[in-house]
Amino acid sequence: MNFDFSDDQKHLQRTAREFLDDQKSLSVCREVLESKQLYSRELWSGAAELGWLGAVIPDQYGGAGFGYLELAVLAEEVGRALAPIPFSSSVYLATEALLLAGSPEQKERYLPRLAAGEIIGTAAFTEQPGRSPSDRVETRFADGRLNGAKLPVPDGTAADFVVLTAASAQGLSLVIADLDTAGVEASSLLCFDESRPQARLRFEHAEAELVGSEGEGGTLMECILDRAAVLTAFEQLGAASRAFDLTREFALERYAFGRPVASFQAIKHRLADLWCQIEMARSSCYYGAWALSSDPSQLGVAACVARIAASEAFTSTSEEMIQIHGGVGYTWEYDCHLFYRRAKLLSVALGNPSSWKHQLIDRLQAVA
Amino acid sequence: MDFNDTPEEATFRVEVRAWLEANAARKRPGDPQPDRVGELIDEATLQEAKEWQTKKADAGWACIRWPPQYGGRGATPMQEVIWNQEESNFRTPSNPFMIGHGMCGPTIMAHGTPEQQQQWLPKLLSGEEVWCQLFSEPGAGSDLAGLRTTAVRDGDAWVVNGQKIWTTGAQFCDWGILIARHDPDAVKHAGLTFFVVDMRSPGIEIRPITQINGGQGFNEVFFNDVRIPDAFRLGEVGDGWRVAITTLMNERASVGALARGAELDELMDLAAKLELAGGRAIDDRAVREKLADFIVAWKGVELTAQRTMSALSQGKMPGPEASLLKLVGVRLLQEISGFGMELLGTAGITSDEQLVPQSARWQERYLALPGLRIAGGTDEVLRNIIAERILQLPAEARVDKGVAFKDVPTGPPSK
Repeated sequence: MNFDFSDDQKHLQRTAREFLDDQKSLSVCREVLESKQLYSRELWSGAAELGWLGAVIPDQYGGAGFGYLELAVLAEEVGRALAPIPFSSSVYLATEALLLAGSPEQKERYLPRLAAGEIIGTAAFTEQPGRSPSDRVETRFADGRLNGAKLPVPDGTAADFVVLTAASAQGLSLVIADLDTAGVEASSLLCFDESRPQARLRFEHAEAELVGSEGEGGTLMECILDRAAVLTAFEQLGAASRAFDLTREFALERYAFGRPVASFQAIKHRLADLWCQIEMARSSCYYGAWALSSDPSQLGVAACVARIAASEAFTSTSEEMIQIHGGVGYTWEYDCHLFYRRAKLLSVALGNPSSWKHQLIDRLQAVA
Repeated sequence: MDFNDTPEEATFRVEVRAWLEANAARKRPGDPQPDRVGELIDEATLQEAKEWQTKKADAGWACIRWPPQYGGRGATPMQEVIWNQEESNFRTPSNPFMIGHGMCGPTIMAHGTPEQQQQWLPKLLSGEEVWCQLFSEPGAGSDLAGLRTTAVRDGDAWVVNGQKIWTTGAQFCDWGILIARHDPDAVKHAGLTFFVVDMRSPGIEIRPITQINGGQGFNEVFFNDVRIPDAFRLGEVGDGWRVAITTLMNERASVGALARGAELDELMDLAAKLELAGGRAIDDRAVREKLADFIVAWKGVELTAQRTMSALSQGKMPGPEASLLKLVGVRLLQEISGFGMELLGTAGITSDEQLVPQSARWQERYLALPGLRIAGGTDEVLRNIIAERILQLPAEARVDKGVAFKDVPTGPPSK
C-alpha cells in the first residue's frame, strides 16, 4: 500500500506548476473574464506543447500515453492556476467519451487532433434547470440527424465538436456532432464565471453519428461523468489549496489591533478547519485517482466521495477567503472573486453535490 | 499510488490472519458490544486482556513496530496497519494497554536511558504491567504547562505533592508517567520535569470520578510526600515539557484511532430497516444526504490516516497531522450518534434494547463522545496545534510569557 504519488508524478506536477506560474495564470484568468474571450490561447497552446491535452491518449493516436494518475496531477495544477482553458471539456469529457466508446475510425478522426490541441471537444448532457442529465432528454437522434437543444454546454462556442446524449429509437444514446456543420447553432450564455464560458447548442436536422451502441447512452454517460468527476475533483482540490494559501498569506500580513489577524483564534481556528477539510478532500481525491487508474470496481463509490469532498472543500474555502480578507476581498481588484466564481461553477457542473450524494447511497446499496 | 497490498504485504497479511484464526474467534454480527468508553474494567476482564496480550507477545505479535530487544518485531508502519485491520475482525478482549502502548512506550523509547528502556518496555509490551498517565490537574487541562504538582529534590530521590486528574485505570495500573514542577521560580514551561512513578508507592491515593455516562473509568490521584527515585526521571531536570510533547503527539493518534467506523455500518443498517412515515428511512432524501455527508467525511478521515501512514513509511516523522484525525473523527462520531438517536424518532429517548434495537448504543455513544472530544486535547487545543505547528500561524498573545510561574495569575484579582 502506498497512498502517494510517485517521484516522477511529483516532478510532472512541479513542471506544470512552474509553467503556469510563469504565465501568471491568475492574471490570465482575470483577462479572459474581463474581456470575455473564450479562453487563453497562449495557455492552451502551451498545454498542448507540454503534452497535457493528450495525457491519456495512446501514442498510436499521437498522445503522451501517460496514465490517469499523471492526468490527475495535471488537473490539480490546472485547477490551482484557475487556468481559463477548455481543459475539462476537451480532455475529461470529449476525449474520455471517445476513448471509452469511440469506433476506431472516430478515434482516428478526433484523437490525434485533440492531442495536438488543433481541435477542442466538449460534452453536452443537460437541457433544463433542475433536471438530472438523464432525466427526460428531449434532443432526438434518428437517421443520422439531430434535433433539439442543449444548455449549458461548457466551452460550447469554442468547441469544434460535441458529444451529447439524445433520445433515439432504442433509448438514450451517445452521439457526436461537429459544430461547424449545417443545422448547428452555438450561442453564448451569460455566465456566473466568464472565465469558463458556457453556451446553448441548437440542432436542426444536423448531421451526427452514434458513439458506442444505440441505447447505451445512459451507461456511457454515467461512466464518463464518473471519470470526469475524479479529474474535476482534482481541479477543485488544486484551486482550494491555492485559495487557502493566498488567504493564509493575507492573514499573516494584515494587522489589526496591533497584531496579525492570523494570530487571532477566530481566524486560526477557521483556517485550521479549512485545512482539515482540504486535506481530507485530498485523501479522497487520491483514492478516486487510484480507482480511476487501477480498480474500476471501486470507481463508482470513489468518484462520488472525491467529487463531494472536493466540491465542499473548494466552496467553503472560497467563501471563507472573502470573509477573512474582509472588505478588500469583496473588491473586483482582489482575486478572491475569481475563486468564489470558479468554486460554484465547478460544484454544479457535472451534477451538484446533492445529486452525487444520492448516487453514493444508491451505489453503496447496490454493493451491500 | 497503490491502495492494494504489495506482494510482501499480502504475504504478511496471510501470516497475520492465519495466526489470528488459530488463536481467536472471528467477530459475528450480533456479538456483544465491546466495553463502554471510560468504563472501569473489572478484575476478570483485566486478566483476560493480560492473557491475550501475553499470548500475542509470546508469538511476536505484540507492539509489532517496537524493536526486537523489547519484544517487538521492528515491523513497518504498513505492517502495523495490516495487523490492526486484521485484528479488528476478531473478537478480542478490551484493551487496557492503550495508554501504555500508545503513549508511555513511545515516550520511554524516545527519552529513556537504555537501562530504563530495558527495565520497563518488555513488561509493558507483554501486558505484564499496566501503565497510566498523570498529566492533567484540576487547574491545568488545556493549559497543561500550568500544572502545580511539585517535585522537590531530596538526596537521590524526589518528593512529590499535588493532585492529578483524569487518570484512566489508576486503580489497576503498575506504573504511571508523571509531569511535575520542580522550579516555581522558572518560567512556566522551563520548570517542569518528567518522571515514571510506581503506582503502589506510599502516599498515592486514588479516587474514582463519576462521568456523565455513569462510568468510573477516570480518577483523581493525590500525591502526599510520594518518593520517586531520581533513577526514574525521564529526560533532564527541566526538560519535562519536551518529553511530554512526545506523549501528547502519540495520545492524539491513539484517541483518533479509537474511531473505527463501525458506527456508520450500523447507521446504514438502521436506515435500511427503519420505517418512517413515507417509507424506509434510507429512501428519504434528507436521510440519504445526511448519510452521504457522514460517509464522505468518514472516508476523508480514514483515507487521511492511511496517507499519514504512507508518509511514515517513507521515513517522515509522525507529526501534528494526527490532530486532524482526532478533531474531525471524534466530532463526526458524536454527530453520527446524535443522528442515530434522532432517526429513531421519539423512541430514540428510550434506552430499552427490547423496544428499540440499537437505541441504547446510540445513546451510550452520545454520552461517551463529549469526553473524547476533551481527552488528549480539546477541539480548540487541536485547532491551535494545527494552526501553529502545521500552518505556522503566530501564537496567541500571552500574559504568562517570560514571567516566573509563581507570579502567573490563576484567577480574578481579589477585590
